[in-house]
Amino acid sequence: MPIDRGYETGNTTHEWDIAKLKAAHKVLAEYKYEKKPIEKGFAGRVLYIDISKLTFKEEPVTKDMKKTFTGGRGFGLKMLWDTIKPTTRWDSEENGLVITTGPMCGTTQYPGMGKSLCLTISPSTNIICDSNVGGFFGPYLKFCGFDAVEVQGKANEDVIIVIDGENSKITIETAPMEETNSHLVNEQLTYMYADEDTEASRQLISVVSSGKAAENSYWGCLNFSFWDQRRKVARMKQAGRGGLGSVLRNKKLKAIVAKVDKVTGELNNPVDVQKIAEVGTKYHKEIRDLDRYQCNMRTVGTGHLVEIMDDYDLLPTENYRFGTFPKASRLYSPEFYKRFAKRIPDGCWHGCTMACAKTVDGFTIRTGPYKGQKVTVDGPEYETVGCCSNMSVWDPDWCLEFNFYCDTYGLDTISTGTGIAFYMEMYEYGILNKERCDGLELSFGNAEAMLELMHRMARGDDGEFVKVAGKGIRRVKDWLKQKGWGDPQLIEDCGMESKGLEYSEYVTKESLAMQGGYGLTLKGPQHDEAWLIFMDMVNNQIPTFADKAEALHYFPMWRTWFGLNGLCKLPWNDVEPANNAEQSHPERVPEHVQNYVEIQNAITGWSVDANELILQSERCYNWQRAMNVWMGRGRRKDDWIPYRSMGPVTKMEYMSRQERYDKVLLEKVNVPEDKLKCMQVEEKMKILYDFRQNEYQKLADAVYYRRGWTPNGVPTPQKLKQLGINHPEMLEMLQQKIDEDEKAGLNAWGGKYSDEESPPTTDMKYWEKW
Amino acid sequence: MITVNGKETEWHENMTVSDLLKAKKYSFPLIIITINGNIIPKNKYPDTKIPDGAEIKANHLISGG
Repeated sequence: MPIDRGYETGNTTHEWDIAKLKAAHKVLAEYKYEKKPIEKGFAGRVLYIDISKLTFKEEPVTKDMKKTFTGGRGFGLKMLWDTIKPTTRWDSEENGLVITTGPMCGTTQYPGMGKSLCLTISPSTNIICDSNVGGFFGPYLKFCGFDAVEVQGKANEDVIIVIDGENSKITIETAPMEETNSHLVNEQLTYMYADEDTEASRQLISVVSSGKAAENSYWGCLNFSFWDQRRKVARMKQAGRGGLGSVLRNKKLKAIVAKVDKVTGELNNPVDVQKIAEVGTKYHKEIRDLDRYQCNMRTVGTGHLVEIMDDYDLLPTENYRFGTFPKASRLYSPEFYKRFAKRIPDGCWHGCTMACAKTVDGFTIRTGPYKGQKVTVDGPEYETVGCCSNMSVWDPDWCLEFNFYCDTYGLDTISTGTGIAFYMEMYEYGILNKERCDGLELSFGNAEAMLELMHRMARGDDGEFVKVAGKGIRRVKDWLKQKGWGDPQLIEDCGMESKGLEYSEYVTKESLAMQGGYGLTLKGPQHDEAWLIFMDMVNNQIPTFADKAEALHYFPMWRTWFGLNGLCKLPWNDVEPANNAEQSHPERVPEHVQNYVEIQNAITGWSVDANELILQSERCYNWQRAMNVWMGRGRRKDDWIPYRSMGPVTKMEYMSRQERYDKVLLEKVNVPEDKLKCMQVEEKMKILYDFRQNEYQKLADAVYYRRGWTPNGVPTPQKLKQLGINHPEMLEMLQQKIDEDEKAGLNAWGGKYSDEESPPTTDMKYWEKW
Repeated sequence: MITVNGKETEWHENMTVSDLLKAKKYSFPLIIITINGNIIPKNKYPDTKIPDGAEIKANHLISGG
């Protein structure tokens, strides 16, 4: 289909008096810096901005930083280690909001190389949460001259930070009159800071913002803008997880603007740009020739997964009670395809031919402050649709409305959707009701009530329920129990959070490996570390604990690697080479792994192989877990997961899959058939509960051992030294924690083993021999 | 009877790979099918008959964005 260059979105337009908005700014601080060329993917500096003290500081990127931390998320971890204390909380002044890039970020010759990795202490978990995001800000930050920026302190009034790479200048300015909600403030600031009144000039601006609801909830996301020249819209991608937007707004930071003077394919000054182009060309052809026969990303994006997850009983429905639903077809990708803008290509960084960032233009909003206006909705991604399934909202237009308001209000769709799904289940049981929900009828499927809750969060409503609901499932669980409403065990089992972060949208009841893929993670239950459901539940490829532990080593390490380098991981596995089936380990898509090896070497001049990529990740992964331990949240007890993620909490769930669960009791738990026939469902459920809880503990044993951690989940100094990390303060801290665990009797395996089984080792100080 | 990923599965005369995928609701596109160790190309799924007693591997690759 030919590209329509005269495309009109049909959106409601806004008339801004940009000069008046700008005139109201007061420049509180200004910093001029010397811009240097990027060398082999690294700008060579990180930037600290303190908006309390109004100071700026540059620090060089050292050889040791690159060797130990590689870049991106690794740099962010090191920066936070240097600036926070173990007692720092998300709303402490010294909590840093860090945005990083990575040596491969900003490449245009290969798809998916424009991502940033953002980190902060999360309000949900009180440990570091990392979140990746597209848009243009990451590459622009590097093109401005910095590999990462950390914002510390809190302003006295709403401010913005402007990083002007064209003029090598950074300012902190008040911004009293600009909007707060992202779809408006991104547009205002893009117009404000573009040199010329042209689409090309506006594309040289990128804005990081959040929105009003992020001020009143722990679910705040960051929105990273990119100016769409054809649509003439500031589109956005999200750093969704962990409340980074809440931290932004808690600091009274309204936005961060990055401005560049040009974008070319060689700004990273790679060692061998020809090699990158060669590998990229091969991959572009693969997408062009094969995507339509595989995942169809270019047509429908990640939304293609909805119908697949429904087929495999994995689509979360009614707060993960079920994995499939008769009405789910109303949210299948063809329904959204009808609504997507089709005449112009999509993508969220230059050169990405996967182009999976779909939009709906001219969408009429039904509720809230923008009721009646026509807007562009970026999405929906699979996760957003999965949230609507989880809340039993089966109308694609309500799904788009939910998507739009989450984005502009600065709310993580995943936490919001999973959170509200839990509240809806509690409403069904009468544990919550209209009175307890400040007048909201939060029953499954009530989209209007769901949106009204979000509007009230955005308005800063001071209703008791609204205030606690925005803090997420963990706080609501505690609130319900403190009020004496409902069965505490039911509440704990149903609320899908771990470490305080809400689950993303996959049903894991029948995949022990994926239970670990959510529970045995660093930041909480986000599937970016591992997605093992098919390998485990369907392929039956990792039957033993050791197999699962190996998968829970390789895939989290491999997937972490993308965040060290500024990459999107969708191009790795959402299209595969035609001959992938013939390779050994086709699940790793080895040809694409080799592409990344070649490109990292071609940019940096390093001489790595596929094994070294894993080691790059292992160093950062262990460092982050060690920081969790340092902050008091990195032990086995913190890797707890709710029973809804492991099995049937209610009789209804058991009966809906009775054949499956009875088979588990027969074949895995060895309940005699004649005894099983006489059992009440409640008795069967109790046996299954105990069995699955123990399975998870045995998995944790195997995983901790494989990762080189103690039985209580603490990274060992010996492991870190093996990885080349010789940081004395870190090693000393870990040894101290291990000694504390030893005294408390916590260095013991958590699983109960039968006579035919054995734990990973009987040598309980195994790490001391390494 | 055949086995699919190690589990016994009902078989019928003239069952093709496409029939099997439909029966199991294996709709994920990034899938590798082998019959007794032999990879079956995607374009042959409608025509490839599965013999009785066959060992089928339906290897789904990783998903999850």
